[in-house]
Amino acid sequence: MIFVTVGMQMPFDRLCQAIDQWAGESGRDDVFMQIGATDWRPSHVPFTTKVAPDEFNARISEADLLVMHAGIGSIVSAVECGKPILVMPRRMKFRETRNDHQVATANRLSGMESIQVAMDEDELILKLKQFKAVTQPDPIEAHAAPELIERIRSFIHQ
Amino acid sequence: MAHRKPKVLAVSSGGGHWIQLQKLIPAFSDCTVMWATVDASYQAQLNRPEERFFVLPDATRWNKLALAHLLFKITLLIIRQQPDVIITTGAAPGYFALVIGRLLRKKTCWIDSIANAEEMSLSGKKAGKWASLWITQWEDVASEQGPSYFGSVLSNLLVTTRSGHTDSAPATRREAEQIQT
Repeated sequence: MIFVTVGMQMPFDRLCQAIDQWAGESGRDDVFMQIGATDWRPSHVPFTTKVAPDEFNARISEADLLVMHAGIGSIVSAVECGKPILVMPRRMKFRETRNDHQVATANRLSGMESIQVAMDEDELILKLKQFKAVTQPDPIEAHAAPELIERIRSFIHQ
Repeated sequence: MAHRKPKVLAVSSGGGHWIQLQKLIPAFSDCTVMWATVDASYQAQLNRPEERFFVLPDATRWNKLALAHLLFKITLLIIRQQPDVIITTGAAPGYFALVIGRLLRKKTCWIDSIANAEEMSLSGKKAGKWASLWITQWEDVASEQGPSYFGSVLSNLLVTTRSGHTDSAPATRREAEQIQT
């Protein structure tokens, strides 16, 4: 099962359209997409515009691969569930976001073994085709740096 | 004066901002914590029933009417609850809470979202003059005049220090550990 999610705030048609087309061509029928508030509708893939947190977590749990925008919330949820991720950043030039901060996030993510980064649709489809569901990564509970926690604690109590 | 626990208002918008805010929970020991965010379903997920939880209207900076509603709600919340400290990971609700909090002489802390690896967010830049503690999660974004850097809320997932920045350096802590072992 592949779960595609683009966050709840803005649509990301470029990613969803690429997946829809790939699913149509390859006959993949185990894909589900959360596409955000967009007028565009997929032809080959079941979808929803929004998902509630409970359903979101359930869909993550049953997926073998998550395809998502490079949003921090989505990425942390996936890593904490121990799922491999394929990430594509939103771009300012296509008005998918206000600035290119997701490109910066994506660049800093490459190097983690369970996270693949695709900078555009072509790379996304290439990496989808190459993806092999080997062993699932261990869930990693993200935590804050002890120095940061200590600084905030002393700030509160000072 | 008898010692009492400091009252902390932890406030953020939804999605990644909210996830990052929850990573600060270890800093809130020995505090009375109140939460304020934009989605009522987050209360169940937080699972801290002994702590007060307030739902704010969701607003981005493009919707002026929603922003005014949000500002009103936050002002009311801070006046009624009188927190000693206001802590936020952004965005709009946190910015308003800091402005109102500072005007009411509360201690205020802005932690810019980790999504902003190359420069402070727009609200984060503006929050600087209202924050008694002004924090970035990226060492390269920090400067002597502020914001300050003490590490990130996802310290075991992303390397946000300057050393992680060059092409030759390990991109992640896990990679760094692999090289060391």
